[in-house]
Amino acid sequence: MNTKKLLLVVMVAFSLQSNAQRFFTKGGEIFFNATSPASPEKIEAVNKSVVCVVDSKTGAIQFSVLMKGFEFHSALMQEHFNENYVESEKFPSAVFKGQISNNEIVNYNKDGVYTVNVKGKLTIHGVTKDVESNGKLAVKDGKINASAEFNIVLKDYSISIPALVAEQVAKIASIKVACSLELLKN
Amino acid sequence: MKKLIAFFGLMISLFFLNNNLLAQDDDLLKLISVDKPKKEIVKNAFKSCRVINAHSMEFVRPGTMDFRILHRFGLLNQGYKNLYGLDQATMRMGFDFGITKNLMFGVGRSTVKKEVDAFIKYAPFLQATGEKSFPVTFAIVSGITIDGMPWADPIRPNYFSSRLGYYFQTIIGRKISEAFTLQVVPTLVHKNLVVETNDENDIYSVGVGGRMRLSKRISVNWDYFYVLNPLTNISFQNPLSLGFDIETGGHVFQLHFSNAVGMNERAFITETVGKWGKGEVRFGFNLSRVFQIKKKNLD
Repeated sequence: MNTKKLLLVVMVAFSLQSNAQRFFTKGGEIFFNATSPASPEKIEAVNKSVVCVVDSKTGAIQFSVLMKGFEFHSALMQEHFNENYVESEKFPSAVFKGQISNNEIVNYNKDGVYTVNVKGKLTIHGVTKDVESNGKLAVKDGKINASAEFNIVLKDYSISIPALVAEQVAKIASIKVACSLELLKN
Repeated sequence: MKKLIAFFGLMISLFFLNNNLLAQDDDLLKLISVDKPKKEIVKNAFKSCRVINAHSMEFVRPGTMDFRILHRFGLLNQGYKNLYGLDQATMRMGFDFGITKNLMFGVGRSTVKKEVDAFIKYAPFLQATGEKSFPVTFAIVSGITIDGMPWADPIRPNYFSSRLGYYFQTIIGRKISEAFTLQVVPTLVHKNLVVETNDENDIYSVGVGGRMRLSKRISVNWDYFYVLNPLTNISFQNPLSLGFDIETGGHVFQLHFSNAVGMNERAFITETVGKWGKGEVRFGFNLSRVFQIKKKNLD
């Protein structure tokens, strides 16, 4: 092996390395709505400290959300959410680990808006389920705005609603995700 | 020498390649250091801000009002003719307001002695976990009661101050586990006017209270006050209450049995006469409904 070959190998290795960019945020937002037509007040909450990481090379995308970080209109609702529904003390965070299945269409180094399909495993309340959703990646000035909307069935995650208020809480919660990701520098 | 360089070069490149390949099924979230909150206040030590009769270490959340309706029925041992006491009832209606996470006040009125009471409760320390943890909640309560009955002796000079009583309490409580909470409540009750000359104006007592969670929505609660210098003109008994908290989603129902009939500190700490052993016990309930007064904006 001569020096030229060696240099080539090293350069290839480094170029592969630099290809794998990771983008992240600690201040992503997740909004959910579980208001049913019979709800006396809006059941909605927002969490503004969502952690999200995207690996541009592999298309891996992961989220982590502290359940206690959800803020409701009503303090009592927030208390019930943590205490009785998602049991935040036992299951402090919800995690999604997935993959952008059409990652090859996204050019992370060029401004543009891409519709992506994300598949993966969502863990809430200690229960893991497969989820799939379409989302948007908007690349601009080296930053990425990631957004998605999808629904989850509360029963799938063993979140039980007492019979007395069963009609007042939606069976399906709609979820909106919005994250503004920056390049992660190691 | 060249070979050596080549070897190291290969090793280094393999290392990077390897690193890169490994990264595919890495836990990406581990790359992000999440700043843990330095202090997390322990919440839901009790389902409401009363154990049963006694103030609990819990506070009404800021911006909310707790509307409380308390009922105490007649004596259980009266049997069927009074439907085990259900034919008679006394009540207290109260409104508690949360100002900050460690400050609240409340007012109420009881049918017993047509008494109005008010209190303010403040916790300089709240039980917390994390870097700046604190093992217990330490709260102080200061209250006043105003007797509303007609003067017992209208002939003699009567002063408004004679209607007043005061109480001062410290609550030292700890949510020991998710299921178990315990608190100790030293209390001083002062009455401006007492019935007999040898009655003391200052009554000292120590209360204990706790709860044991049975399920997400049900807990067993109890509170007891040991009174050090009780009134001697009545056959005084230390107040003991035992019951369940049931949370239905909007309300907290506290169903219990107690030998006390009074529903403010002056009344139940100094004037309880029922004997548990003789069945001089009353069924009662507290109904608590929390209203959000100040809505939080989500944006």
